[in-house]
Amino acid sequence: MILLSIPPGTATAVIFYICAVLSIAGAIGLIAFRKPVYSALCLALVMVSLAVIYAGLGAPFLFAVQIIVYTGAVLMLFLFVIMLVGVSSQDRLGETLKGHRVAVAIAGVGVLILLTLAVAQGIHGAPVGVTKVNTDDGGNVQGLASLIFSQYVIAFEATAALLITAAVAAMVLAHPEQVKKKAGQVERAAQRLEAFITSGDNPAPRPNSGVFARHNSISTPALLPNGTVAEQSVSKVLVDRVGLATPEALWAPHDDVLDAIESAGDEPLVFDDADAGDETEPTSTTNAETITAQPDQPAGPEQPGGSDQVPTPDQPAQPELPVQSDQAPTPDAEDQSAQDPKSGQEKTND
Amino acid sequence: MTSLYATLAVILFSVGLVGFLIRRNALVIFMCVELMLNAANLLFVAFSAHWGILDGQMAAFFVMVVAAAEVVIGLSIIVMISRARRSTSVDNEIVLKG
Repeated sequence: MILLSIPPGTATAVIFYICAVLSIAGAIGLIAFRKPVYSALCLALVMVSLAVIYAGLGAPFLFAVQIIVYTGAVLMLFLFVIMLVGVSSQDRLGETLKGHRVAVAIAGVGVLILLTLAVAQGIHGAPVGVTKVNTDDGGNVQGLASLIFSQYVIAFEATAALLITAAVAAMVLAHPEQVKKKAGQVERAAQRLEAFITSGDNPAPRPNSGVFARHNSISTPALLPNGTVAEQSVSKVLVDRVGLATPEALWAPHDDVLDAIESAGDEPLVFDDADAGDETEPTSTTNAETITAQPDQPAGPEQPGGSDQVPTPDQPAQPELPVQSDQAPTPDAEDQSAQDPKSGQEKTND
Repeated sequence: MTSLYATLAVILFSVGLVGFLIRRNALVIFMCVELMLNAANLLFVAFSAHWGILDGQMAAFFVMVVAAAEVVIGLSIIVMISRARRSTSVDNEIVLKG
């Protein structure tokens, strides 16, 4: 009832004013926001507002196409690409060129004035309205269809070719191209030999990471015969992240054991921190802390008779270790430790 | 009434032009181009209603089709460039120079 009482054209005017404000706000937001996602959403606001204005202007077909093609397809494509190239990228707002902003402002105002004058040339006479043409063929869509398939049929066919071309071009452009042929096994072998000839690089595979009693992660470097760290045995990425372990740190547990053995003298060794402290056998207690299998270890320093985990016969055998000779403990301990995974550098040290 | 539509279209076009000139993200520049195309479309539709002929709406329709094709090509070029250079800024497009 209220709608009927207002004069014709008022509803269109109200729609126009609301959508005009929204679309200008969206346009300003589009160029003002620093994040591309916000800009894209502002553009969506502009496009939906324009679609509503089209509806008010008697163009229901364009209203639908605007929503479907622009807001639905084009803007979603924009959002996809924004997500693809990095959603967090922000524009720097500083000026690259001196006086850029001022020049842009002048250009904007100038174009605004020029366009206003030019467009004003085209507006004269009373508006006719599309009500008649929209009803001539039975509707807006029918009217557009009769135009498309008569007067504009060539252009319409050309757009079909254009869209096909665009689709193919997008596929060609977005296809990741291998710049050069991927190197196979033969090529890589040739490269290694080439490097060996020219710069003396070792063509053999790089050394493995160190495997010790207490460390076996790939960030643990192997030790070279001279006791230094083999830098090539650890990935450069890991070195950059966690650093390279020093030889001292790798040797520390071993040295602790040796010190304990030396200080024990004739007495049976007792480690305070060992969980197997009740057995006074040194090798088993030290190895109880390590990840290596305990049963194997006692057999090392002892007589061959020492079978797996029989603590009682071990006890008398143990004092022999320091007793055998005064200098003996060190080589013996190393002998023993040569059986645990530390062996790599232990043997070379001998 | 037509002059109001025309004014809105001219304002939107100018804002799009200013954005095109001051922004440096290739994607936002592209959006500003879309804004200008939309402003032109609005003018087409407004004049179609002013003169009472459907050719303006027809033109707007073709503009939309061409814009869709253009967006597809442009965005794939932007994706390609950003893949190679990890950036969508247009400041250093000078590296395109052979």
